[in-house]
Amino acid sequence: MSSQPIIVVKHLHKHFGKVEALNGVDLEVERGRVIVIIGPSGGGKSTLLRCINHLEAPTGGEIWIEGERLTHNQQRLNAIRAEIGMVFQLFNLFPHLTVLENVTLAQRVVRKRARDEAEKIAMQKLERVGIPEKANSYPGQLSGGQQQRVAIARALAMDPKIMLFDEPTSALDPEMIKEVLDVMLDLAKEGMTMLVVSHEMGFARAAADEMIFLDGGKIVEQATPQELFANPKEERTKLFLSQILTH
Amino acid sequence: MSMGHVADRTSQQSIEAPSLTTARPGTIGRRLADLPWWLFAIIALILWVATIILTQPNYLEAFARISGTYRGLLGMLRAGIVVTIGTSLAAYLIAIVLGLLTGLGRMSRNVFVRNVARTYIELVRGIPMLVLIFFIALVGVPAAVDFINSIGEWFASIGLTALADLFGGMENQAVPMIVRAIIALAVTYGAFLAEIFRAGIQSIGRGQMEAARSLGMTYAAAMRYIILPQAIRNILPALGNDFVSMVKDSSLVSLLAVRDMTQMAKVYSGSTFRFREAYVTLSILYLTMTVSLSLGVQAIERRLRKHE
Repeated sequence: MSSQPIIVVKHLHKHFGKVEALNGVDLEVERGRVIVIIGPSGGGKSTLLRCINHLEAPTGGEIWIEGERLTHNQQRLNAIRAEIGMVFQLFNLFPHLTVLENVTLAQRVVRKRARDEAEKIAMQKLERVGIPEKANSYPGQLSGGQQQRVAIARALAMDPKIMLFDEPTSALDPEMIKEVLDVMLDLAKEGMTMLVVSHEMGFARAAADEMIFLDGGKIVEQATPQELFANPKEERTKLFLSQILTH
Repeated sequence: MSMGHVADRTSQQSIEAPSLTTARPGTIGRRLADLPWWLFAIIALILWVATIILTQPNYLEAFARISGTYRGLLGMLRAGIVVTIGTSLAAYLIAIVLGLLTGLGRMSRNVFVRNVARTYIELVRGIPMLVLIFFIALVGVPAAVDFINSIGEWFASIGLTALADLFGGMENQAVPMIVRAIIALAVTYGAFLAEIFRAGIQSIGRGQMEAARSLGMTYAAAMRYIILPQAIRNILPALGNDFVSMVKDSSLVSLLAVRDMTQMAKVYSGSTFRFREAYVTLSILYLTMTVSLSLGVQAIERRLRKHE
């Protein structure tokens, strides 16, 4: 059972009207692997992540999570989503709830944990991301980096088996990027299965087992970070890397 | 076009904040300009009329008749002022439930639900409120009573007497006019509130729903814990303004002979020919209610802004 890939994506297609966001993506992710996805904007990176937890319904192909195929069955989708943490570019914390409530709500509503237990777990996760002292603040009182760390704690409190990161540092001021990446690096070291859309090449080098270059809705190249940075095989990959690495 | 309607209705009701732009900065002149003079004017008007009511017997009698305070404590429940407030409150509470359900239905993925909601909203909007109130009270309610009776007859025809008794034998007159008036106002305002709820829900960014769903919450749980609390906070001023409108529009129920303040004023002036006393007093009673409610709405708005 543990040898079976935790995520399997087969011939995935997604189009919005006439726009093909994903055009036949095949991907297998083994348990505990960290995959960093790069590519030009509009290349389908976010759409791929959003299809994996069915925030977008694919228009074609299959997605399997732990051997179960995603269908339109809402109950199964809710159950599977609870196992997949997602971190968004714009944090999407719940502004009307305190940090602690943000981290406990889904535990109580979805996992049916008692308040005490949920709060205990929430505090553990907040300590883990380094901001237990903000438990009673509201999201609006936190910096961007702190908000993103709360968002990570919120996802972790559900004990997810997979974590999806959709450009988690793109909306952050430069001095806050490191605090978020440090948390993600720790997670990667502890063996969390992670799919990360990010152009933080330092993080990719340090944490990624594999990198994927996604362009035009297709996987153009898939390789270890060392290979991809040292000798990219595809012209498009070379061009893209030269553009993001020269600055 | 749909939003325009709501916006018109609300802007028309809200009392404008004092303008800050015309005054010179940092002077006594500016502080004076910032004072709510419009409010002082209205309060002065109310106090002036109150003095007249207290000092002139004709006015005092008109006031006692219209407000219903002459009935003494026990009679108060049937007094005009209580009928006006009670009708407005009851109709508004029903309208809130109706409006929330219709607002959610308007955004439903289900084609049938979506179109039922839309049809209801457009029907109510396309018919003058006065006509709608007559229609619901004098056509809609009797038709509903007939329908319920026909269900009873059908149960009787297939021999289910217990159910037949439950549904059958309902008299049209058994539904008092005040109940019909409340139903009519609630149905009318339900459509307005539906659009406010929809606008409020749609004002919450998509990311909130996505974050909630990504944590495994159902659509209903996400609505209840994440979207609605934020949406209702945003639309609280609009909801409050519509309650002020409701208090005013409740005067229409006097046309169903419901003994609200307006009806009492009609009856009083009809028998005494003291039109001036009756309608000055009636206007001041409404004005006192709506201005205090508007101030309450403003206070809520200010508190919400402080918490942002």
